[in-house]
Amino acid sequence: MKIKNILITFVSAIALLFSTSVVSFAKVVGDKIILGAAISLTGKYSSNGVHTQNGYNMAVDRINSMGGVKVGGKTYKFDIIYYDDESNPKRAAQLAERLISQDKVEFMLGPYSSGLTKAIAPVTEKYGVPMVEANGASRSLFTKGYKYLFAVLAPANLYLDVAIRTAVELNGGKGVRIAQAFEQDAFSQDVRLGILDAAKETGSEIIIDDKLPKELNDMAATLVKVKQMKPDVLVVSGHTKGALTAIRQISEMKVDVPMLAMTHCDAAKLSKQHGKNSQYALCASQWHKTLTYKDDFFKDGMTYAADFEKEFGYDPPYQSAESSAALLVFKDAFERANTFDQKKVRDALAATNMQTFYGNIKFAPGGQNVDKPMVLFQVMCDDAGKCENKVVAPLKWASAELIHPVPKWSER
Amino acid sequence: MDFLVFQYPMITIQACLDGLLLGILFALIAYGMALQWGVMNIINIAQGDLVILGGYIAYFMYLYGIHPAWGVIVSPIIMYFVGIAIYKLVINKVVDRDLFISILATFGISILFMQLMNFAFGADVVLANSGYGTTMLFDNNVVLPNSKIFSAFISIVFAICLVVYMKRSKLGRAIRATAQNARAAKILGVDTEKVYAATFGINAALCGVAGALISITFTIHPYMGLPYTIRSFMIVIVAGLGNLPGVAMSGMGLGIFEEFADYILGTEFRIGSVFLLLVLILVYRRFKLSKKREYLK
Repeated sequence: MKIKNILITFVSAIALLFSTSVVSFAKVVGDKIILGAAISLTGKYSSNGVHTQNGYNMAVDRINSMGGVKVGGKTYKFDIIYYDDESNPKRAAQLAERLISQDKVEFMLGPYSSGLTKAIAPVTEKYGVPMVEANGASRSLFTKGYKYLFAVLAPANLYLDVAIRTAVELNGGKGVRIAQAFEQDAFSQDVRLGILDAAKETGSEIIIDDKLPKELNDMAATLVKVKQMKPDVLVVSGHTKGALTAIRQISEMKVDVPMLAMTHCDAAKLSKQHGKNSQYALCASQWHKTLTYKDDFFKDGMTYAADFEKEFGYDPPYQSAESSAALLVFKDAFERANTFDQKKVRDALAATNMQTFYGNIKFAPGGQNVDKPMVLFQVMCDDAGKCENKVVAPLKWASAELIHPVPKWSER
Repeated sequence: MDFLVFQYPMITIQACLDGLLLGILFALIAYGMALQWGVMNIINIAQGDLVILGGYIAYFMYLYGIHPAWGVIVSPIIMYFVGIAIYKLVINKVVDRDLFISILATFGISILFMQLMNFAFGADVVLANSGYGTTMLFDNNVVLPNSKIFSAFISIVFAICLVVYMKRSKLGRAIRATAQNARAAKILGVDTEKVYAATFGINAALCGVAGALISITFTIHPYMGLPYTIRSFMIVIVAGLGNLPGVAMSGMGLGIFEEFADYILGTEFRIGSVFLLLVLILVYRRFKLSKKREYLK
């Protein structure tokens, strides 16, 4: 009986294996260009994974409905094979292998987060599969000499650089005193390195330099130090939980600091969860809908945001916008290469120099986008408690004036 | 190494108070763990996930316009039944097996809960705003969020209620009898099966209270349970089983120790220093124990 059971399990396992691998996709089938992507649809990155997927899908539909991709006189349409990487780097690497060696995908789109991109990049590199990614900003991705990795977003070390420079500028060009608290993960530590560089260049002094644990939900100790030492700028980066925890505890502990700069306010829906307490926080963002970049497919940020909302029912976070931009980059590269030869497409990608609704895109030899600065927005609320994110720096795109220094809690 | 504590004396007071309030909350979770460890000999790895689930109950009340503080009443009631259900489905099959099996089983429950919560509530970090404001002391140099004071107060109330219940009620006596000697209790007519279920339910209810308080004071996320499990495990290890005042003291002590480690060694060593302390205590205990054994020989 037992042996029979084992036999049945074994046979059905093999049958299952075959049934999945028989359905293999070639890179270009008929009039379809098939891209592969492992995305976090479950697990801890699932909300941003879904934003990424929505961004990809939005761009695929738009490009296909507006004439598709023209290569060698023929018109092709995009299609994407998705797998769920469960927010797990090991799984992501396996799925990349599977996409390439079983599904025969020859072009890849990136996953969500630096960690997962780091897991996939060695695989795509090994097989020489060009990958355009939109959600891995860690600096270490671009220093390994990868030839087939292209990122449409600005690297992590530039996230809060502009905040420090703005603070120095407002201080009459003199250095400022910086307090910083960063989560101990690849991304936040890269943001920290960027701040260290900016501080060095501007002659600023770092007086508090805290590293927060990964399961951070309490940063009262850091804030007590801030309260006593009174820095000019407080910088916090710890993904969504860092942003939410910081605002909660700063407002509860009435910590007065002239400038508060953070990452991931967008994803944290700061103003929705904290209302007026989040007012005046400065947030680094890859994109904001009010920026005036333009392209033929989505027109501009405002139109993109409106179309996205119509389709998915929420305001697009920058994670979706940059994912859509990745498809535009692929389309542009295919048409310039005018072939599906991986090497030639790779070279075409490397030579990209274009504007999309998301920003200018031009890749450095390391693969990072060097033509798109980060923007800073500030949370601004009206008397009724309705809050909005307004771009305040760089000045070129500012839609509101930076409020500096932040009013004291006792005066609010 | 920093000497902020000495440069700014107010930090000392702040650290003590912060640590104390935090510690009391952790002690409540640890008490639940100690209870079920003592009675059923089960180390519940899913403890932290039960806490987070309790937090989500308070969060959903907040979403529907009910003040999250009511969560400390509603959440334990719901969690009690969740606890009973887990007992009936899984724990009763492993309760008299060895410790390793129960650790594996609760580890499985923990993973299942994480994924289910992630599936049901999404992967966003959320919190419930109590709007309780802040208490300022010493010329605004020491600040205490009222939500933390509220958490500590409620934790103490629940702890006292539980102690009284264990001492006075019939079920409480039965639980204590089972903890002392399950077989003897059974022979004397105690329905140990019922006692086990109730113990697990009470533990889950305590986690529910703590979760509601955490959603008011900190943030919750489906994958944030493990640190709570580890903390309560540590508190119980330090205090020893069945030692309620010990659990309270070691909870508060660890809270304060953690805060000071943060100021003196730096934030990055905060958790590390607690683990170091745990190792030292275990080594010390072993040392003491071996001495005792020799004496017994």
